[in-house]
Amino acid sequence: MADPVPILATEGLSKAFGGLKAVRDVTLRLHRGELHAVIGPNGAGKSTFVNLLTGQLRPTRGQILLEGRDITGTPASRMPHLGVARSFQRTNIFKTLSVLENVRLAVQALKPMGRALLRAPGRATDLIDTARGALARVGLAGQEGAVSGTLSHGAQRQLEIAMTLAGDPKVILLDEPLAGMGQEEGERMAALLKSLAAERALLLIEHDMDFVFAVADRMTVLVDGAVLASGRPAEVRADKAVQTAYLGEHA
Amino acid sequence: MTGQSRMLPQAWPGWAMLATAAVVLALLPPYLPVYYVGLITTAMIAALLALSLHLLVGGVGLVSLGHGAFYGLAAYVVYLLSPENAARPIWQTLPCAMLAAGLAAYLVGALALRTRGFFFLMVTLAFGQMIFFVFHDTKLGGGTDGAYLAKPIITLFGFTLDPRSYPRSQRGFPAYYVALGQLVATYLVLAFVLRSMFGRVLEGIRVNEHRMEALGFNTARYKLAAFTLAGAFAGAAGHMWALHSGFVNPELVSWHKSAEALLMILLGGIGSLAGAIAGAFAFTALGEAAQQFTERKLLAEGLVILAAVILLRQGLMGIALRRPTGRSAKTEGGGGHG
Repeated sequence: MADPVPILATEGLSKAFGGLKAVRDVTLRLHRGELHAVIGPNGAGKSTFVNLLTGQLRPTRGQILLEGRDITGTPASRMPHLGVARSFQRTNIFKTLSVLENVRLAVQALKPMGRALLRAPGRATDLIDTARGALARVGLAGQEGAVSGTLSHGAQRQLEIAMTLAGDPKVILLDEPLAGMGQEEGERMAALLKSLAAERALLLIEHDMDFVFAVADRMTVLVDGAVLASGRPAEVRADKAVQTAYLGEHA
Repeated sequence: MTGQSRMLPQAWPGWAMLATAAVVLALLPPYLPVYYVGLITTAMIAALLALSLHLLVGGVGLVSLGHGAFYGLAAYVVYLLSPENAARPIWQTLPCAMLAAGLAAYLVGALALRTRGFFFLMVTLAFGQMIFFVFHDTKLGGGTDGAYLAKPIITLFGFTLDPRSYPRSQRGFPAYYVALGQLVATYLVLAFVLRSMFGRVLEGIRVNEHRMEALGFNTARYKLAAFTLAGAFAGAAGHMWALHSGFVNPELVSWHKSAEALLMILLGGIGSLAGAIAGAFAFTALGEAAQQFTERKLLAEGLVILAAVILLRQGLMGIALRRPTGRSAKTEGGGGHG
């Protein structure tokens, strides 16, 4: 059977900062229902790669294709409107706002508001309902009213994921969703990501190898900004180059 | 559940305090010497300017040194619109002044908002000074000497409030009450803006603009809208100043005005909209006291402001709004009260 058009794809994506080539010629395919992990040592260009995908940075060369359409150079604020949402490596919520308000704001960002912008946030029942749905999806339904900065670290990361779900995106990119999480929180997050990937495509950057091998359908190993290996976890684990370059200490 | 803007009173006692202050101001004039009626009018107009700037500083986190230019520009618009020997009604001059100031702010903002932080400060300063030199170096508004409005008469809703038709002791009343009404209206409009979903976006931009972009907000458009709105309200303040003083000069347009308004906000408290009002009153009172009791007005002013900023980290409103400890919506994430 022919390969269906990937939801998100890159063709020879490269980014140089002056003389430093942070991302080199990365070609990647992301399909619906797939959880794709990008791994690599520190400084391998993983975060830069995600920043290219979501318009925070502009590629020096190469293309980004969303369902076959070239979207290279789209500004960051347009990406969620196209169905590409992301989270950040450092927890990036609005800590003074309530849990619900964080997600409601994310929903608001994607709705044409017009004069409704002048209404009080509490009156926007349609936005609030959507936000509640996203919170329920990540398991934060009971904590809507809490000031988000008072949540546990794990719950804050869950909240970030709820924010990415606000517009029911086709693709979610998560930059180290597990960073700083405990064992139990990590397991809950793994289950959540698995269930989210069933309906869309998920790309995640992660350091935790056990976690990656447990949840990923596919993975790509970046070293010095270039793809060292890509494939199913078992294939990657068996790859000689990967073992010497990166997995040595883990394998 | 969705919370109140941190710039506004968090509960009814705060609103009650503001309402009481407005009522006190409304009852005061008959008991005051003429001079103080004028002085409070000046303070209220300063508060109008500071409030408009606070939409940017406290609302969006944008610090501008060009804000005074929109204020002064609007004052000149009143002068330019006023015929030789008559007065135009407020319903004609006010919209024109706000429109001119808003348009100027839109144009300046469209360019200046491409920069951030320190560069934004410098670019707004440069644009402000350009407007200043238009009035300083051309005969448009009387040049460096400024110009008098032929008849600083306030006409409103068909009533003509000619100060000369009042007994001497009440000549300041029309300007006083119009300024007070404008102050109340401005606060309410800005409060309405800040508590709306638009205001919530501004707050998000202040806290973390990159995150707001990643959520899908075109932050440049929101910042420009806020900058334009703030400019229009600075124009309303400048308009009132022209009516009150009956005189325009380039000083109104200069960057000193912007710096003064920033000082008022700092003095009053950067964390609340009402801080701009408290700061404007304190600043005006301070200037008056420094003038009366010392020969070094600026030095005395400077020292007091310095002390206030160091000792009162949340400004005057920090004293007024000191609340019992506990979870407070005003607490800044991670940074504590700042």
